[in-house]
Amino acid sequence: MVATSTTSKVSVRDLTIRYGQNAVLRNASFEIPENEIFGIIGPAGSGKTSFLRALNRMDEFTPGMSVDGSITLDGKDVQTWRNLYALRRRIGVVFPLPVGLPLSVYGNVALSPRLRGMKRPDLDDIVERCLRRAALWDEVKDRLDALGSLLSGGQQQRLTIARALSQEPDLLLLDEFSIAVDPVTTMRIEDVLKELKKEVTIVLVTNLVQQARRLASRTAFFLNGECVEVGETEELFTGTVQDQRTRDYVEGRFG
Amino acid sequence: MFERTELNARNDRTQALVKVLFGVMTVLLALPVLIILGMLVVRGGPMISWEFLTADPTNGMTEGGIYPALVGTIWLVSVALLISVPIGIAAALYLSEYARDTWMTRAINLAIINLAGVPSIVHALFGVGAFVLFFKFGTSILAASLTLAIMTLPVVIVATRESLQAVPHEFREACWNMGATRWQTIRRIVLPNSISGILTGVILEVSRTAGETAPIMFTGAAMFLPFLPQSVMDQTMALSLHLFAISTQVTDVPEELPYGVALVLIGLVLALNAVSIGFRTWLRGRKKW
Ligand SMILES: Nc1ncnc2c1ncn2[C@@H]1O[C@H](COP(=O)(O)OP(=O)(O)OP(=O)(O)O)[C@@H](O)[C@H]1O
Ligand SMILES: [Mg+2]
Repeated sequence: MVATSTTSKVSVRDLTIRYGQNAVLRNASFEIPENEIFGIIGPAGSGKTSFLRALNRMDEFTPGMSVDGSITLDGKDVQTWRNLYALRRRIGVVFPLPVGLPLSVYGNVALSPRLRGMKRPDLDDIVERCLRRAALWDEVKDRLDALGSLLSGGQQQRLTIARALSQEPDLLLLDEFSIAVDPVTTMRIEDVLKELKKEVTIVLVTNLVQQARRLASRTAFFLNGECVEVGETEELFTGTVQDQRTRDYVEGRFG
Repeated sequence: MFERTELNARNDRTQALVKVLFGVMTVLLALPVLIILGMLVVRGGPMISWEFLTADPTNGMTEGGIYPALVGTIWLVSVALLISVPIGIAAALYLSEYARDTWMTRAINLAIINLAGVPSIVHALFGVGAFVLFFKFGTSILAASLTLAIMTLPVVIVATRESLQAVPHEFREACWNMGATRWQTIRRIVLPNSISGILTGVILEVSRTAGETAPIMFTGAAMFLPFLPQSVMDQTMALSLHLFAISTQVTDVPEELPYGVALVLIGLVLALNAVSIGFRTWLRGRKKW
């Protein structure tokens, strides 16, 4: 057994993403290894979220969005996947602002298993497991029937994490998940992510470069639609970088 | 620094003036409604009795009750609802949840809006041509209700679509992102959160058809027919047509009789509206976002 797997979960080749005529990511190419946390850092508007949307095939319901080049998941190009529902079921996504579905706490987490046809008591198990993993169980175990949207912002964010986990994804996309979560809870979720990566490949988009440093084995640096650098995370912070802009960004000297 | 200036004082005066002006407008607006209702209650109220509601009209419709017309109107409106609500909801679901924004859907949307503006007498003639003659339903409840249904379909579609659009789009995307199909998303998230609103809007719109006269006059309603309909293939009396008849076609009608009929008709519409408003209040208490 080797500690770090060398197979790629996701391969990105010459990826260009456009909204109308406006290319917001250009010719990006990199590999996301299996069962690792892969960080993506970069300033606002650099194309990080757009990449996640392309990976999950959200271009299908985003008018004007077009994707060129290829993204392969387990060797299969997502652009040519026949069953997009099956593709999306394998990919859990958490967006920066939590969207609590108008269902109970239980209903939010049980929705995806229900869509797969799961019934009680299996449902109860998976709901509890996912809520525990998202570090939310203790806070909501007495009010599973309350509306999800009545939870606090941070709790809702963990609810969406639990919901993503309930898909039992093999790829988890986290887009600035800690934006609405307090530091203590963030740390707890980070611990969970370190556990999770044994089973799930995680793509972590973050504005907190230190979070990438704590969690990600490899990290990509996006800047204005360009994938400037991809490498071992520690290298980006301490080793040699190919592009001085990377070092400037991670050290907070940007201007 | 926070002293009142001349400008403050002027703003306050304008504010007070505008408020009074709008208040007067609102009262003026409510006045006709109050007068109509008041007249109906004062003049028609004494007519209303159990007898009036449950007896057949007699003596050339100058005496007796309105039972067949009341039952007929309930038939016409119910059958029209049964036809237009499922079709309208299905069409609105398609337009709101499935159709892409192409010139086709734009054309259809435009057609729906225009259809809502077609005068009811035109619908009546269409109903005669299509349902009475072409489909050979004859003059019957079925033909009349189909005509009413066609007439109300656009408003049903628009009311439904508005309720569907009121469900935030992020909910749909969150659901699709989990791999839910469009239909799963509709069934689990969109419909449960809009169905009460849909039904409210639809009842509100459709209850208006209780008062329509032209579309049913040539297609299924009869001036005088003191029997209850046995099936949708029968003709029937209707409150609106009855009111028209005793006000304009029959002589020697007691002066108070039309007021009584009109009061029952308005009462029926208001009762339906009350149901849908109650529904809406109940729904507000359960709103989930
Ligand atoms: N639906 C859209 N239509 C048009 N332009 C869009 C759309 N979504 C994003 N963009 C544009 O694409 C560019 C990249 O956006 P993206 O959301 O990928 O950036 P990001 O790196 O995630 O930024 P942030 O850190 O602020 O989340 C931005 O300039 C944005 O304005
Ligand atoms: Mg983003």
